[in-house]
Amino acid sequence: MSETQNFIEIYRQEADELLLEIEETVLEIEENPGDREILNRLFRAVHTIKGSGAMFGFEKIVNFTHTLETVLDRVRDGILPVTKELIDLILKSKDHIKVILDSTPGDDEIDMEYEARLISELNHFLSLAEEYLNSHKDLKDGKQTQSMGSGKETTYRIRFTPHRDIFLTGTDPALLLEELKEFGEHKVTSQLKKVPSLEELNPEECHVYWDIILTTQKNINNIKDVFIFVEDSCDLIIDVIEEESDLDDESVPKKLGEILIEREVISNEEVNNALEGQKRLGEILVDSKKVDIETVETALAEQDQLKKIREKRRDEKSVSSLRVAADKLDTLVDLVGEMVTVQARLTQFSSNMDHAELVSIAEEVERLTTELRDNTMSIRMMPIGTTFSKFKRLVRDLSADLGKSIELVTEGAETELDKTVIDRLDDPLIHLIRNSIDHGIETPAIRREKGKPDCGTIRLSAAHRGAYVVITIEDDGAGLNLEAIRDKAVEKGIIQKDTGLSDKEIYELIFAPGFSTAGTITNVSGRGVGMDVVKKTIESLRGSIEVDSAPGKGSTITLKLPLTLAIINGLLVTIGDVYYVLPLASVEECVELTRENAEQSHGSNILNVRGEIVPYIRLRDHFKIVEETPSLEHIVIADVHEKRIGFVVDNVIGGHQTVIKSLGPAFKHMKDISGATILGDGTVALILDVNALM
Amino acid sequence: MSKVIMTVDDSTSVRQMVGFTLKRAGFEVVEAVDGKDAVSQLDDTAIDMMITDLNMPNMDGIELIKQVRGKPQYRFIPIVMLTTESQDDKKQAGKAAGATGWIVKPFKPDQLLAVIKKVLR
Repeated sequence: MSETQNFIEIYRQEADELLLEIEETVLEIEENPGDREILNRLFRAVHTIKGSGAMFGFEKIVNFTHTLETVLDRVRDGILPVTKELIDLILKSKDHIKVILDSTPGDDEIDMEYEARLISELNHFLSLAEEYLNSHKDLKDGKQTQSMGSGKETTYRIRFTPHRDIFLTGTDPALLLEELKEFGEHKVTSQLKKVPSLEELNPEECHVYWDIILTTQKNINNIKDVFIFVEDSCDLIIDVIEEESDLDDESVPKKLGEILIEREVISNEEVNNALEGQKRLGEILVDSKKVDIETVETALAEQDQLKKIREKRRDEKSVSSLRVAADKLDTLVDLVGEMVTVQARLTQFSSNMDHAELVSIAEEVERLTTELRDNTMSIRMMPIGTTFSKFKRLVRDLSADLGKSIELVTEGAETELDKTVIDRLDDPLIHLIRNSIDHGIETPAIRREKGKPDCGTIRLSAAHRGAYVVITIEDDGAGLNLEAIRDKAVEKGIIQKDTGLSDKEIYELIFAPGFSTAGTITNVSGRGVGMDVVKKTIESLRGSIEVDSAPGKGSTITLKLPLTLAIINGLLVTIGDVYYVLPLASVEECVELTRENAEQSHGSNILNVRGEIVPYIRLRDHFKIVEETPSLEHIVIADVHEKRIGFVVDNVIGGHQTVIKSLGPAFKHMKDISGATILGDGTVALILDVNALM
Repeated sequence: MSKVIMTVDDSTSVRQMVGFTLKRAGFEVVEAVDGKDAVSQLDDTAIDMMITDLNMPNMDGIELIKQVRGKPQYRFIPIVMLTTESQDDKKQAGKAAGATGWIVKPFKPDQLLAVIKKVLR
């Protein structure tokens, strides 16, 4: 590739991102027409496309974008109002720029007639602006400068101490905290030091109190309103700790070390050495019993929040970054995986050697490897919001096509997930959202009949739950029709006519291969990709999918996905001479299985764990291992699809950082085994897929 | 499962307005015409929340709240009372009896839903 072509390629990539930014900002503006910051972002994106386009010979882009930019300039000056027509036109223009961008320069595959039409529409808006200017001559000189945007942000420290008897008035303090959370950036620290020991604890009393650091545009009265019902049954202290105007002042006084270095009294290194020897203030205070550790933690939370806010304001949206090809990252992850394996070997070897220096080196390597691993993983983490923003457009366009009015609400866009997982989530999510738009949400007329608001809502949210990310797609549409699903499943021969199924099991049928409930296939959903494909994709990511629905009220699809695909926490076990790994995230507990216990169950493979019946699978039988059974076996009880199930193994060794290696095409048909990993001594352990074993 | 809310009021129009708003928001609604009616229904209907007027014949709201709180299964459910501006002493009495919160009449559907969001999960 020649140098110039290389540059053009980079421009294309950059422009693609900018186009995405345009789409995102336009849709945001539609929601908050007054937000100047978003308007500015939109303008900058268009401007950059035009500017760089000129440098790389994309004349057509420059010509076209120029008109669009002029229109946006008028919007920015507050002369043109943001209307639905204008938003539509900007989106169409954006799509057109994409077409020009993807065509080869000099080629004539662009629909010039269409372009001319777009330009004339843009010009129409310009003439409107001109008229407005002529009738408001005074505006031309002194352009509107007053901020259209929102008020200032203030950071509050709130201590919410409910009285002990607060539960007796039916109050749930957690709901009040939830309500506060909606106000803005927040950090909640629970204070547990007043909680008595278990013997003295009365579970009907509330002993916990909370410190909340909240940064919000709301004022102190709005905050007090949250607690209005509990005014008399709690102690509430609200302090303002920082206002936005304070933050604009960036002249932080120099630190002692900095001054000394500037005066060349001491070197940078000496200061750092001195600082390393120094204990942190929190530690000193805790050590000297002046304050307890919870108090220090609250204070640190406050500091952290302020720092974050400050940083966010400083480089709002202009994070400096470096573009790296994804495959380079994949290689890096592979290498780190190898490294973790080698490090495990080194640690094991050194512990057998009884050589003090070697042990200390091994420990150092272990520390570094762990850090390297976490860092590498975090590089691959991307906020899921990039995917979410695509769906706004999808919902907007599709709902218009179908004559429905639908709003997409997203939550938790900042939730981070492995890039590979995000990439592969695209199709399933599109399919699920399409389903909601097409089959879920009713037309405005039907909704009105049922007493629902005309505008339907699809809520797309993501959140961390331990080692998982949970994504839910919730709509307030018609919900799933139990009868229809059942009939269809019988018709397709998936179940027998008289099969007794719970509601939940019937809902699960929509994931069965060859199932589709829509009577007619519209061009929106039903493109031959069924829910079974969605389920397969999610499961191939080691995730799970669940559906719940209330007829007439809507349905909810919940996806549960692992944070990363490359390294998991595993539980190492043995059966015979072979090592196996179970994903620790699904393991709940381990119990012993004596030979008598096993015999008592008379081959029914059911165990009584504290009064609860738990079925178990003998992996020894499952894998046809013939070596002699030890007299004492162990059962690893795992949570699979919300059911507890035991797996009988010979020995439980312990936790293991498992670097997942795929088994290669020869073992593709092995459904029970999701991969392999290499242990410290070079032995291979097989990773069990508990979902498939069931 | 949608939550069940009991609305207790001697005025049919208030019950209708509350019931309509709640049903639209996806709740199940049980209606009672006064405190006595409410208490008698509580034995065979399980509810997740109660919204009650204070001035009612047969048994008033304050007494109703006391009785509900006396039942072990309802000690911790949210109870919201409907008050008017001038009833501050009643409000205090209601709180003392164990009410979770209150709504001042007249109110709009949005206000009602905002209060429910505050107290019911």
